[in-house]
Amino acid sequence: MNELRAHEALPESDRMVRRKKSQLRETWRRMLKNKASLVGLTIIVLFAFMAIFADHIAPYHYDEQKLEDAFLKPSRDHWLGTDNFGRDILSRIIYGARISLQIGLISVGIGVAVGGSLGAFAAYYGGYTDNAIMRFIDVLLAIPNIVLAISISAALGPGLVNAMIAVGIGTVPIYARVVRASVMTVKEQEFVEAARCIGAKTPRILLRHILPNAMAPIIVQATLGVATAILAAAGLSFIGLGIQPPTPEWGAMLSAGRQYIRDHWHIVTFPGLAIMLTIFALNLLGDGLRDALDPRLKR
Amino acid sequence: MNNATPLLHVKNLHVRYTTDEGTVHAVNGVDLVMKKGETLGLVGETGAGKTTTALSILRLIPDPPGEITSGEILFDGHDLVPYSAMKMRKVRGNHISMIFQDPMTALNPVLTIGDQISEVIRLHDRLSRSEAYGKATRMLELVGIPADRMGEYPHQFSGGMKQRVVIAIALVCNPLLLIADEPTTALDVTIQAQVLELMQNLRTELGTSMMLITHDLGVVAKICDTVAIMYAGEIVEYGTLQEVYNNTRHPYTKGLFGSIPKIDVRERRLKPIPGLMPDPTHLPQGCSFHPRCPFCTDQCRHKKPENVLLYGDHFAKCYYAEDGLQ
Amino acid sequence: MKELVTVKYLKKYFSTPKGMLHAVDDVSFGIERGKTLGVVGESGCGKSTLGRVLLNLLEPTSGEVWFEGENVAAAKGKRLWELHQDMQMIFQDPYSSLNPRMSISETIAEPLQIYSVYESVRELDERVDELMDIVGLARRLYNVYPHELDGGRRQRVGIARALALNPKFIVCDEPVSALDVSIQAQIINLMQDLQEQNHLTYLFITHDLSVVRHIADDVLVMYLGQIVEQCAVEDLFLNQYHPYTKALLSAIALPRVGEQKKRIALKGEIASPINPAPGCRFAPRCMYSVEQCTVKQPQLREVAPGHFVACDFAEEIS
Repeated sequence: MNELRAHEALPESDRMVRRKKSQLRETWRRMLKNKASLVGLTIIVLFAFMAIFADHIAPYHYDEQKLEDAFLKPSRDHWLGTDNFGRDILSRIIYGARISLQIGLISVGIGVAVGGSLGAFAAYYGGYTDNAIMRFIDVLLAIPNIVLAISISAALGPGLVNAMIAVGIGTVPIYARVVRASVMTVKEQEFVEAARCIGAKTPRILLRHILPNAMAPIIVQATLGVATAILAAAGLSFIGLGIQPPTPEWGAMLSAGRQYIRDHWHIVTFPGLAIMLTIFALNLLGDGLRDALDPRLKR
Repeated sequence: MNNATPLLHVKNLHVRYTTDEGTVHAVNGVDLVMKKGETLGLVGETGAGKTTTALSILRLIPDPPGEITSGEILFDGHDLVPYSAMKMRKVRGNHISMIFQDPMTALNPVLTIGDQISEVIRLHDRLSRSEAYGKATRMLELVGIPADRMGEYPHQFSGGMKQRVVIAIALVCNPLLLIADEPTTALDVTIQAQVLELMQNLRTELGTSMMLITHDLGVVAKICDTVAIMYAGEIVEYGTLQEVYNNTRHPYTKGLFGSIPKIDVRERRLKPIPGLMPDPTHLPQGCSFHPRCPFCTDQCRHKKPENVLLYGDHFAKCYYAEDGLQ
Repeated sequence: MKELVTVKYLKKYFSTPKGMLHAVDDVSFGIERGKTLGVVGESGCGKSTLGRVLLNLLEPTSGEVWFEGENVAAAKGKRLWELHQDMQMIFQDPYSSLNPRMSISETIAEPLQIYSVYESVRELDERVDELMDIVGLARRLYNVYPHELDGGRRQRVGIARALALNPKFIVCDEPVSALDVSIQAQIINLMQDLQEQNHLTYLFITHDLSVVRHIADDVLVMYLGQIVEQCAVEDLFLNQYHPYTKALLSAIALPRVGEQKKRIALKGEIASPINPAPGCRFAPRCMYSVEQCTVKQPQLREVAPGHFVACDFAEEIS
């Protein structure tokens, strides 16, 4: 209630302008109130920091091989131990954050953008459009995710960007379906009809009225999707289509270390933990973001 | 008051919900007496605490956040408040039933009507499958649905028919008390009239007592014997239908009557009660109706009025009830 | 006749998997400037669809809707968009008719922004304030979200949004049926005041006959997509000709002791509007129905001055 009084005191003329800013501030404030999402945000910021300043932080270069130091257990020299080529795992995880975070976030971004718009259009227009789009999605869905990614990647050739595109396209059906279901329920509500009645056109109705109210399941799905994306990209690298060794990438480190899991647990454990921690943080952040964006959960 | 034990005697019931936004005082000292065979109309607007009162009688208040903080609920002479969950389940099945506003969600869509009614019978009586089915059929006919529809699914029934089925299920174990929460609000007028008539007939036939929760004073006039008007978690006026309708004493009740558009005369303007329901987390001091009351005095602002006994069983919670506010 | 809105042979059918749903079936009427036409009927009678077809929010199957010399039913694109400045709607459900993620002021300002009515933010702000005053919303609610308001205040927001563009005609789709009685009376009074001040014309859709009696000048009674009785509101309460109207009136529960009317029992429930059978649509539930009723569809005819009824036996029954 204190906020309300504060607004009353504002000069009348620029209230509309100030309100926009205050809404952002309001969202931020609600976000800060949620302790769990703050933890998530901190972890993500740390990882991002790590990725950006990898050159300065990492104790070794990611490709520095010392075969005589292979399979070392975590020690003072190598905090997280070394792998089968004697490379420092901590350094590889730090450098790997660059690639993995990029892959995770960008391919999910591609999936959400493409899948989301397809789903939103299908649900909004319904009928013929809906049928056409969703049958196409069904076809995509019938192909296993990884096979789809492999074929796209094979067609585009190896490399980071192509891997991201391949993984992103592979997740399109998931987002298309989530968004479609969500938009379907929202568009039946009376305020959408009311918007049409006051002359709002399709882009405005979709962007201002329907999508903000359909966000919650998408945010949850997307944060979970980052993990799947990192692992899918690892799968691609494993068969030589994604990131090319020796570029470090968490998923690839995980799959490469798999064969030594019996005797050298640390090779797989630490990249795995890094992935887990990222997903955990993103989930907390996603939940907090979802709540902070919803004015119904004010206070 | 009367020599026989009343069927239901609620004494000084307090219910509150603890939420992040503060403590919601949903029910604040409700006293209520229902005789056997009587139909009581519990009238009030959204947030008055009608449904909370009913749910506490059945001990169905979600706990947490809800909690019965004090009071007694004497049903047939026994206090239900300290009952265990087990014991309460028995009471709910055999002695008190409840029907809700929305008949659409009360029925299981994948079971036939016949199965749903006989399942309830078999849960309570030791009857064979075929005996239960027979009893269910008779019950369905009693609520005016032909027996050949026993094998149909809920979606094949219209809203009014579904509410009949819900009533059949509620009455099939011969409860002593039926609590009906806005049973006709979701129905069309002509269908509402049919269902009300049915409920009235069943009551005379089965002798069930009924508590009808509603916001519609017309529905109450049609089938109730006594009326309790609720406002902000309190019963502000209570009495026989005759007394409350023809000799209205509480300003809130008067305001309610004044707000309804009349069907037989056209007035130039309606006379609504000014203002809004008070926020149940911050109830006003003194009489909770005083901020909206045209007769409010200093006394009303500071001290909560007690029940004033008027004629017979007619009570009103207002300092000026006896003077007959003009 | 100074009619603002004239509706001619309006039809709206929906195709469903089970067949054609006749939501509005050959309806004609007019509303005079500054008057209120009440539309009464039970759920499924097509009254809400009628309101939406009038505004061309739903495209009519056939028929005409004349508004100030222009056929709204044929208007498209830009022209329809322009027409909506003059024709607005107030919705039934104050909970779902407001976008939960837009504050009160954003909701009220939106139509003004869409039609770029004002150039400066300052003017826009002033108009929003003015509208909030008109409908009786305190200024401190400027940045509040709908979920923080009660039903009555939300409905005031909906009314302010409809009024923002200074429309001439407003379709009110059960604007008070979701509200408590004491709040309902406040909103009805507000709507009457607004009508007087702004010379508004209303189409008032409701299932509540006492509300119609209070607010309407003329009334249409609808049954399964068709008009069964049409007259001035006073006439309807004095003398009903159609058996359905009689039943509807007798079913009202009066808030008075010992004055309950003898209810005219209706057989069964409202039939399905999908592929309706020939003849009078009310015949299966009508206590007076004879063979002729199930064969020939009765036409709307004038049984008394200004009083139209679609029943071949209206005089005899009455």
